[in-house]
Amino acid sequence: MVGIVSYGTYIPKFRIKVEEIARIWGENAETIKNGLGILQKSVPDFDEDTATIAVEAGREAVRRARIDPKEIGAVYVGSESHPYAVKPTATIVGEALGVGNEYFAADLEFACKAGTAGIQICMGLVKAGMIKYGLAIGADTSQSRPGDALEYSAAAGGAAVVIGNDGVIAEIEGTYSFTSDTPDFWRREGQPYPSHGGRFTGIPAYFRHITSAAKGLMEELGLKPSDFSYAVFHQPNGKFPVRVAKMLGFSTEQIKQGLVVSHIGNTYSGSSLLGLCAVLDEAKPGDRILLVSFGSGAGSDAFSLIVTDEIDDFERTPKVWDKVMSGEFIDYGLYVKLRRKIKFG
Amino acid sequence: MRRVAVIGVGCSKFGELWDMSFRDIVLSAGIEALEDANLEGREIDAIYVGNMSGGRYLAQEHISALIADYAGLAELHIPSTRVEAGDASGGLALRQAYMAVASGMHDIVIAAGAEKVTDVGAEMAMDILSSSADREWEVFCGANLPALFAMIARLHMEKFGTKPEDLAKVSVKNHRNATLNPKAQFRREISLEVALNSPYVAEPLRLFDCAPISDGASVVILASEEVAKKYTDTPVYISACCQASDYIALHSRRDITTMDAVVHASKQAYKQAGIEPKDIDVAEVHDSFTIAEIIAYEDLGFVEKGRGAELIREGVTELDGEIPVNPSGGLKACGHAIGATGIRQAVEIVLQLRGDAGKRQVDAERGLALNIGGTGATAVVTIFER
Amino acid sequence: MLPRFWRKIKYRYNLVGTYCENCGTYYYPPRNLCPKCRRKSRIKEVQLSGKGKVISYSVVHDAPENFKMMKPYVVALIQLDEGPVITSQLVCKPEEVKIGMRVKAVFRKYGEEGESGIIYYGTKFVPDEKIG
Repeated sequence: MVGIVSYGTYIPKFRIKVEEIARIWGENAETIKNGLGILQKSVPDFDEDTATIAVEAGREAVRRARIDPKEIGAVYVGSESHPYAVKPTATIVGEALGVGNEYFAADLEFACKAGTAGIQICMGLVKAGMIKYGLAIGADTSQSRPGDALEYSAAAGGAAVVIGNDGVIAEIEGTYSFTSDTPDFWRREGQPYPSHGGRFTGIPAYFRHITSAAKGLMEELGLKPSDFSYAVFHQPNGKFPVRVAKMLGFSTEQIKQGLVVSHIGNTYSGSSLLGLCAVLDEAKPGDRILLVSFGSGAGSDAFSLIVTDEIDDFERTPKVWDKVMSGEFIDYGLYVKLRRKIKFG
Repeated sequence: MRRVAVIGVGCSKFGELWDMSFRDIVLSAGIEALEDANLEGREIDAIYVGNMSGGRYLAQEHISALIADYAGLAELHIPSTRVEAGDASGGLALRQAYMAVASGMHDIVIAAGAEKVTDVGAEMAMDILSSSADREWEVFCGANLPALFAMIARLHMEKFGTKPEDLAKVSVKNHRNATLNPKAQFRREISLEVALNSPYVAEPLRLFDCAPISDGASVVILASEEVAKKYTDTPVYISACCQASDYIALHSRRDITTMDAVVHASKQAYKQAGIEPKDIDVAEVHDSFTIAEIIAYEDLGFVEKGRGAELIREGVTELDGEIPVNPSGGLKACGHAIGATGIRQAVEIVLQLRGDAGKRQVDAERGLALNIGGTGATAVVTIFER
Repeated sequence: MLPRFWRKIKYRYNLVGTYCENCGTYYYPPRNLCPKCRRKSRIKEVQLSGKGKVISYSVVHDAPENFKMMKPYVVALIQLDEGPVITSQLVCKPEEVKIGMRVKAVFRKYGEEGESGIIYYGTKFVPDEKIG
């Protein structure tokens, strides 16, 4: 039985409100909040990046798993903001977690779904008996051009999951991916900020891939929306996941617990995984959870998980929602300094 | 061991010496010392020079030969040796020269100290000075010298009730003394208010708690007692010159608020000189930061541990006090030319004991100089007597 | 400085220290020789807990070049629960820090060798709220 053995999360403490960003760019904050379903987003400190977020999330996951880090046979870090363009984040994580030297490792990039891609790779390795445990992390300090619509949502955070077949708290009963070549959002080599296709990111990208993957998985497993206690969809804003849930026949009640975007923004590779972790914080044995990520470019990974009895003995504090709701507000000036948007000549 | 005397002293101006090169500065101090000792030059048997970082301040190593050369001594082919212990480099040079004469190896030896710091920017200058602390486990973390001394000060305040005012008073005193020293970098008085309201460098230390980093050079010429009598009627004798070391990093020390190296070096020195702390009439101590002067009072045994601030509060270390400390203005106001400092302290004590200290003259028969490296990983204590 | 940083990565990332089995003393930064036992030293590497308390601290305003963007920042002497005192940055507001406060280790960036150079990661500390 392959599944999630443990999970950990990290969200930087700083927050910036939509009002503060809108104030700078002369836009109407209420319109944006209503349009995006986002009130504020998380901002990394000057000494935080994808590697530090991945390490902190990874450490929480390994500590809660109560396993020897040396039993981890694979580390995959999914991000679109790896601190190095060439040189892996995964080795920084492996070293900081004390995994040793005998482990499979790579950095992954598939826009916002690189973290779930890591889970699938780990599942395969566990099932093949090549590793005992695998660590899959989705983490980002996502970039956005000053003044761009993305600036309201591009946030920082990450989640780490330990995959294995021993001490599983949530069995993965199936996974299914839907992938196509759809350039809805991209960042060219050497460019500091990503570009996107505006409204093109909606129907042909987000909605098509998520619905296709979700339906494909449910069909394969013979399940319907009402079989799930919870559903988590990639959350680039507060609106898309609500709409896609409705399109697929899921209720607001099913998605509420995992919808963390309104208070931290879009954490990209961390996004759907943070939602999943927020659900696991509350889930009971027997609960079935649907997780569907989305990565621009484009693809969706769908997972069906069943929570096991092991979760009752699993340490689940501090909770994701406590991390989401805490924080310290900063102004736009400090934000541009922390995000290194000031050019010194 | 032979008795060793100081027969000549010289000191350059301390400060931002924009129009003088390293070689110029050294030469100005050297010529003054030769004149003071009535030497032609050929009498010199050896040179020891303290220099912390010619390599980084000037991209110039092999300072030993360079100094011998530009002092006009190249054709004498005498041994010249550079020694280094952070900002205690000067103290080390003095001790090496002292040992060379005391042992009978040489009769007349130059102990010099020199640093030229303003050819690099102020930030680079501080970074280089901070490498006298532990680069890998202190400075790497953003704990430069001011931050490290600030942590010493914070704990001293917490444990013993030392106040920011006490630190400021050290600065005010040393600035006042420097007004009487023509070689000093800062020759103006400051008020307690100015010191207490100056910007923070590293809390609780403010700008006026920190010595500058200066250009400067100093030279003393040592001779055996017998030889000294040929050159001077006013020899000043070195009755002890002791050195001790400790962990390089502050965090490894037995006690953050005590410099054990100072305690050990001074105990040895008192024993060797056959005196007690109370027998010291005047002292130059290493006030790279004001807290270091207060701790020096304690670790030199002028007052018991924790009560250093009382000496500054009660005026004991003022020019007209019981034990005047840093009559030159100290590192704070006379200037801190890193490798030169230990020798400059010796110059001041010699001038004081000879009665040549001008307007800052105190009544003294016996003086002490304390030179430390970094946060106290090296200490050199020298006791002089008339 | 690249090899110099790389050599100590294990100790910087993870608070791996050393322990002298002869006298029972823990060391961080790690030492190859116990200064209490010298030749009798029996040194082995140990993972330290990363928990401790503030012994002293300073809020640095006049920051070195590499740390200018962080100023004012807090540096502290932290006594780990195993005994050794270490120098580290403390990630908190300057007004939060107090002598005696409990802290725990976190993984942060210390700096970088310019925009195109390697990144120095390492251990900093944050207030350990659970214990207060």
